[in-house]
Amino acid sequence: MQRRPALLAQHSSRTAGSIHKEYFTSARLTGASRLVSSDKLQKSLASTRSLVCCAAAAAPPVTTTSLIRQIQHDLRSKTRSSVEITEQYLEQLEAAEPQVLSFITVAAESARAAARQLDDRIAREGTSGLEPLAGVPLGIKDTLCTAGMETTAGARVLKGYIPSYDATAVARLKAAGAILVGKTNCDAFAMGSTTESSDYQVTRNPWDLERVPGGSSGGSAAAVAAEQCVGTLGSDTGGSIRQPAHFCGVVGIKPTYGRVSRSGLIAYGSSLDCVGPLARIVEDAALMLSAIAGGDDMDATSSPRPVQDYAEGLPQASSLNSRPLAGKRIGIIKETIGAGVAAGVSAAFARAARHLESLGADVDEVSLPSSDAGLPAYYVIATSEASSNLSRFDGVRYGLHKQGANIRELYNETRGEGLNAEVKRRILMGTYALSAGYYDAYYKRAQQVRTLVQREMYAALAEHDALISPAAPTAAYRIGQVNSDPLEMYKGDLMTVNLNLAGLPAMVVPCGFEVGGGSRGQPLPVGLQIIGRAFGEADMISLGHIFEQTCDFACGRPEGFR
Amino acid sequence: MLRPANVVWPAVAAEPQVAYEAVIGIECHVQLNTHTKAFCKCTTSKAAANANVCPICLAHPGTLPVLNEGVLRKAVIAGLALTCNIARQSKFDRKQYFYPDLPKGYQISQYDEPICSGGRIETVLPDGSTRSVGITRAHIEEDAGKLVHSGSDQLSGSDYSLVDYNRAGVPLLEVVSEPDMRSGAEAAAYASELRRIMVFMGLTDGVMAEGHLRFDVNVSVREQGNEALGTKVEVKNMNSFSAMQRAIEFEIERQVDLHKSGRRSEILQETRLFDESKSQTFTMRVKEGLADYRYFPEPDLPALHVSDNLIEEEKERMPEVPSAVRRRYADLNLPSADILILADEMPILRYFDAVVAAGASPKLAANWVLGDLMAFTKESKCSFDDLLLAPATLAELVNAIEEGLVSGKIGKQVLPDLLQGGGKGGVKAYMKEKGLIQISDPAALETLVDNVLAANPKQLQDYCAGKKKLLGFFAGQLMKASKGLANPEMLNRVLTKKLMEAEKAAEPLDK
Repeated sequence: MQRRPALLAQHSSRTAGSIHKEYFTSARLTGASRLVSSDKLQKSLASTRSLVCCAAAAAPPVTTTSLIRQIQHDLRSKTRSSVEITEQYLEQLEAAEPQVLSFITVAAESARAAARQLDDRIAREGTSGLEPLAGVPLGIKDTLCTAGMETTAGARVLKGYIPSYDATAVARLKAAGAILVGKTNCDAFAMGSTTESSDYQVTRNPWDLERVPGGSSGGSAAAVAAEQCVGTLGSDTGGSIRQPAHFCGVVGIKPTYGRVSRSGLIAYGSSLDCVGPLARIVEDAALMLSAIAGGDDMDATSSPRPVQDYAEGLPQASSLNSRPLAGKRIGIIKETIGAGVAAGVSAAFARAARHLESLGADVDEVSLPSSDAGLPAYYVIATSEASSNLSRFDGVRYGLHKQGANIRELYNETRGEGLNAEVKRRILMGTYALSAGYYDAYYKRAQQVRTLVQREMYAALAEHDALISPAAPTAAYRIGQVNSDPLEMYKGDLMTVNLNLAGLPAMVVPCGFEVGGGSRGQPLPVGLQIIGRAFGEADMISLGHIFEQTCDFACGRPEGFR
Repeated sequence: MLRPANVVWPAVAAEPQVAYEAVIGIECHVQLNTHTKAFCKCTTSKAAANANVCPICLAHPGTLPVLNEGVLRKAVIAGLALTCNIARQSKFDRKQYFYPDLPKGYQISQYDEPICSGGRIETVLPDGSTRSVGITRAHIEEDAGKLVHSGSDQLSGSDYSLVDYNRAGVPLLEVVSEPDMRSGAEAAAYASELRRIMVFMGLTDGVMAEGHLRFDVNVSVREQGNEALGTKVEVKNMNSFSAMQRAIEFEIERQVDLHKSGRRSEILQETRLFDESKSQTFTMRVKEGLADYRYFPEPDLPALHVSDNLIEEEKERMPEVPSAVRRRYADLNLPSADILILADEMPILRYFDAVVAAGASPKLAANWVLGDLMAFTKESKCSFDDLLLAPATLAELVNAIEEGLVSGKIGKQVLPDLLQGGGKGGVKAYMKEKGLIQISDPAALETLVDNVLAANPKQLQDYCAGKKKLLGFFAGQLMKASKGLANPEMLNRVLTKKLMEAEKAAEPLDK
């Protein structure tokens, strides 16, 4: 099959002359309590200019209007049938799949059947009763159970496992009319930041096929970036939706803990796990979140608070005045910028901050001193819970079953073969942390840090409408770059894990590129992380939407997959 | 070190006698009789193997526990009955270990914040004396599945083993006592009182053979006066309270013997099983160090809140605890032996209370309930709840006898029919219909006696001549003539009077 390679060489070749005026370095930010006006910085930035640019300025104009609304419109106006829409996405899915490897399972036939059913229904009953996601082709991360559709969580031990029930989020998407096109790849049991820990395949970053899409929801992010479907569900325990969204240049939302039911999400760290959407457009992610959010009898930790329609009332770009964020207070988390953050990421982030300021927001820095303690605390809590959550994969009732001379051997053989090195590493860490004599020093201490982190976050959000930070210290890794060094990989979660510890909602919106960062000089996407108040998804999404709709330097699509 | 051959060591028996004391604590798992399991909606009713299962209790990927409110309420009732403090906030924890009957690889339990703590109950020994036993705590947890082994009693060594997950996730209340008991009898009294409380509260059917209550007994022995506890041994597998008593008595003796013979170190911290046929305990497994269950707070379940409201609701709805029933019966001046039996089983006390409530004298009601009715239930293997004889009917019978309307003898005579459902229209109507009303009218009795005396002149003559034994003959004739309906006391009085008159009348003839 002939396809253009996923190279965006022409972008990098044009970058030299397209440096945007408004940017600054993280070094300057660190010392400043307020953002320094960009013109003051001009002189000191010469050395970093070559790293920074606006790739989108060179990219073809892209629409930032909702794909879901478009589908709704097309179905209602009979411009396209559901079968046509589905076929179009399936075609793109199949075409991109050999290079990107986003999916573990492709459910083309059931998707077609669902599309035919929808068309029949429209023919019979008209379009007045169409659900909000009717006919929208979506992918589901393989950590979420899908009734009758193989669900592996990217792990060998669950190869061939077919759930008898739908995860609540999946059931709600189906009820909202969505058409499932398949299950997206991820690190086994969501343990990883690259999809390299998937027992099935390594997903490629559509922007640079030599790079990872991030993880663990790498397949979900790559599928959206490569336009294999309109949106996907991911799960986020320490950044698993947001970091891949950042790596792949898409929107990803981790809702408040408890906003979306975890029922049917194969558990990694139960007190941290969140289900959320990935999409190319904020409004689409908001539409998906509206469908899946809400209390659930099957999850005692889900919140019964009423759900808002997060997409309703999002302002049209054309209706915005010049300062739509006037009066909004936005805090830059001081500890997430500066040393350790790649220059390209810093620059894109700084520019995003400037942009928010230009929209009228009052942007300042806020210090969260406990931030750095969050990462080790996160790894203690997540692995402790994981060590327990994964005990059920014992070969007795489902999944991989290895015979043994006795029960011990059955366990050892099954788990030895069914769980990969990264999974075993985390089980061992968690088991150690919970062991008698170590509990107080690790698990209990980590919970104390968690409380501290949460307290600081809440205090900062009492003073601010939202907090922002980069989504990760770097743009997409090369395949193999961090996989061999777990600690290096864990460090990449620095900016995202604290929100899981605090249970707060956070989203990533594309905010530019690291120009020439790719293996062959392609631009690599950079995302802006926006953090909202607990159950403040509506405000957070509105902010992300305004940013997206007014930002002419962030959007773009990987060249090879248009 | 070798002992010099010429040194004679004092025999053990010659050492000064040391008194030993046993210290016994009991852990009991009570299966709470909720309709559905603790954390899923599967039924708890009896069913074919693996019929009562769902993705949640089979621990399928992605499933989450949600607490059954009934479990919470039952735990609160139990806590109140055990006079525990009910924690307004407690939490669930995971107790982790691998075993094929444990689907999740951990058991949801409560580790350091149990819902109930610090209680006390009054137990009664067979002689009627009481002991107070402290309740350390009671907490909610879930049961595991059941393993069926082929080719061995245990998983290890079996050809294959099958798992039935019907029981997995069934709610349990683990009740831990203070080490307050000192003998097998005290332990058995505690265990039976605990069972009684749980049954009275409606939390379990209390069938030991069905595993509704499972007792683990911890036994250690120390020199009397010694504060420090000896090495404790856990004894399991006792299917009755008498088995528990025997198991403990054996275990105490075994440990005391080891102490006395200087082999105290041979008492190992182990789990022993009771072999009923041999009345002995034997080693099941020796605990190698402390098992590390890696407890940590269950993140899938929010903190468990118990409102004052809920506690008040349950308090109001709560049935009487057995000790209160016993006190109530003592206030009725019932003998203590009767009290123990009446207050032992819910159906009996329910029946007895209903009889008394219907107006019967407690003492007389107790006699009937503990006598004829108890014998009948045992014989026909039914419960007092199944009796066709309504308590009100029995009360009517008891009163009719007390009032002299019918004789006690007639009462016993008609009881079998009443137990078959006779007398539904009221005992008096029944007696009338059957012509069984006692003759208590003095005039009628006098006529009766006159007739009998007149019909037996020879015997009367002999009686007057001094054969006083014939009194019995007349009484018999009279009962026969009255078809047993004559009020025996009154009849006796009339007969004696008439005979005396006859004697007086006969005297002048002799002189």
